[in-house]
Amino acid sequence: MDNKPQSAIEVRGLDLSYDDYEVLRNLNFSVNQGDIFIVMGGSGCGKSTLLKVLIGLKEPLKGEVLYSGVNFWAEDESVRQDLMRSFGVLYQSGALWSSFTLGENIALPLQLYSELSSAQIREMVELKLSLVGLGGYADFYPGQISGGMRKRAGLARAIALDPGIIFFDEPSAGLDPLSARLLDDLIIQLRDALGATIVIVTHELASIFAVGDKAVLLDAESKGIIAEGKPKDLLAGSKDPRVIQFLTRGEKQGAAL
Amino acid sequence: MPLSQLSFDYPCANTLRLKLSGEWLIRAVLPSENEVLTQLAGNKNITRITFDASEITKWDSGLVSFLLNLIREGGRRNVIIERQGLPLGVVKLLELALKVDEKNIPRKIEPEGLLERVADKLLAFCSGALAVVNFLGEITFAFGRLIAGKAYFRRDEFAAIVQRCGAGALGLVSLISILVGMILAFIGAIQLKLFGAQIYIADIVGIAMVRVMGAVMTGIIMSGRTGASFAAELGLMQVNEEVDAFKTLGISPVEFLVMPRVLALIIMMPLLTIYADFMGIAGGFLISVNFLGLNPVEYWHHTQSAVKLSHVWIGLTHGLVFGIIVAVAGCLRGINCERSAEGVGAATTSAVVSAITSIVVATAVITFICQVLGV
Repeated sequence: MDNKPQSAIEVRGLDLSYDDYEVLRNLNFSVNQGDIFIVMGGSGCGKSTLLKVLIGLKEPLKGEVLYSGVNFWAEDESVRQDLMRSFGVLYQSGALWSSFTLGENIALPLQLYSELSSAQIREMVELKLSLVGLGGYADFYPGQISGGMRKRAGLARAIALDPGIIFFDEPSAGLDPLSARLLDDLIIQLRDALGATIVIVTHELASIFAVGDKAVLLDAESKGIIAEGKPKDLLAGSKDPRVIQFLTRGEKQGAAL
Repeated sequence: MPLSQLSFDYPCANTLRLKLSGEWLIRAVLPSENEVLTQLAGNKNITRITFDASEITKWDSGLVSFLLNLIREGGRRNVIIERQGLPLGVVKLLELALKVDEKNIPRKIEPEGLLERVADKLLAFCSGALAVVNFLGEITFAFGRLIAGKAYFRRDEFAAIVQRCGAGALGLVSLISILVGMILAFIGAIQLKLFGAQIYIADIVGIAMVRVMGAVMTGIIMSGRTGASFAAELGLMQVNEEVDAFKTLGISPVEFLVMPRVLALIIMMPLLTIYADFMGIAGGFLISVNFLGLNPVEYWHHTQSAVKLSHVWIGLTHGLVFGIIVAVAGCLRGINCERSAEGVGAATTSAVVSAITSIVVATAVITFICQVLGV
């Protein structure tokens, strides 16, 4: 019997550009089902551009992105739309629709893509909000809550349809250390509870070591992946000074000043 | 305060030593590196520059900037710049400033030859035009789904948009239309008085307002008011990734955000046009009766007989077309907004400018068609 873990996402020979600038080339990696996978790298190395390609917002210059074997960018628009509905995305800003209440934000995907009745949708909204620690906030507008709460509400919307894959864009950015830690714990709990595959784009070291099962480190200079593996193993075992420098915030090997 | 001073000596034949003294502060007048370059030009044997900074009393980034320029210039002329004699802080700042690795700057993918560049520009123009056609196609498709009863948008938000671009605009439309009616009456009076035919002011005001001016003025008001608001709203949603959030959920932003706005203006613009027509006629009436001494009943009868149903239909057609123009321009610019504060400003400006320009062009086209058709 083959015990090899099944790939939820497979990236093959991906070249990416931002506006007219080539940022990454020949990316190859795979994400196992149920893993928390980290895409890390310094500012401007193309992390967010890669995320846009993965979630279907930006077409790559070339290469393939396979979801459970389906070549996403080679498929028709309708197939891509179907696949996108199996994703949950937490954007860096939360990206809550500002004219909707938190409850309406979470209810919209349920209204569109489920057969639930209005009463069931209300219950589901309350459940999702409770899962992220925002029970009772359904009638609040995004402008009435804090940045950390907006992130959690965004996460509640991302998991509204119980997605198979959840993408996070810099989830800890702009949060105080305690809120960031709570969000990290929440990510692990949701992975365990929902069995979802999670992809996190970040450069927050504390989060990388706290939640990451596997990571890739992108490098702006070589425009590719310079390290791949468990974050703790990379720190302990990597010989590459760029990897050590990134994972120790430059405190070892080659701090500039 | 001792000023910054720069002097030179030659410790050996191939070395120029720069003696820096005084306060090298950014707020003061600092020596230029050209003084050093003049020394280099006057002595071709110099291959090394050293520093004596022992008499510098204060320094800030003014000194660092001076040295940075010198180091870059030295690099171009193959002159070695030795930094040992400089304050330690200055040396560290220079290291930091020189650390920018040009290999890390992303390489622009651009065509190299003239022909490729021209083709690239042409393709960019074509793709821009195609984007507009594509956007119109998406709106048409969304309306198709609306007619088929499959379109998904929030009815309460649609009602709020209708209220904002309809009832909310009445004050401004009233003011502008009454004033335009008054202006038309005054201008008409200047010429018609010569022939004792002032009563025809009623005809001029009535026909002008109903046929074109009511719609044009309403269109211009709505461009500045509603079109700009649509562009800013959607632009900010783009900046906050709210539009992306719709896309990743498989919800068409055109159907959910654009179509209700276009529909709202399609409904409200003809109604506002009729309202503007009445306000304009009322403005002309006020001036004609109170200042030009015309009989109110006679004025009213003349207006009634001059304004034909065909004029009303032409005015309504103008209103409908302008409504579509204003809504599409605002939503198109908003949805395609760049993700920055500047981008939202540019999208708003562009929405107003393109709407007003398109309104004038559309007026000319409709007027020409009416002329050809004889209506």
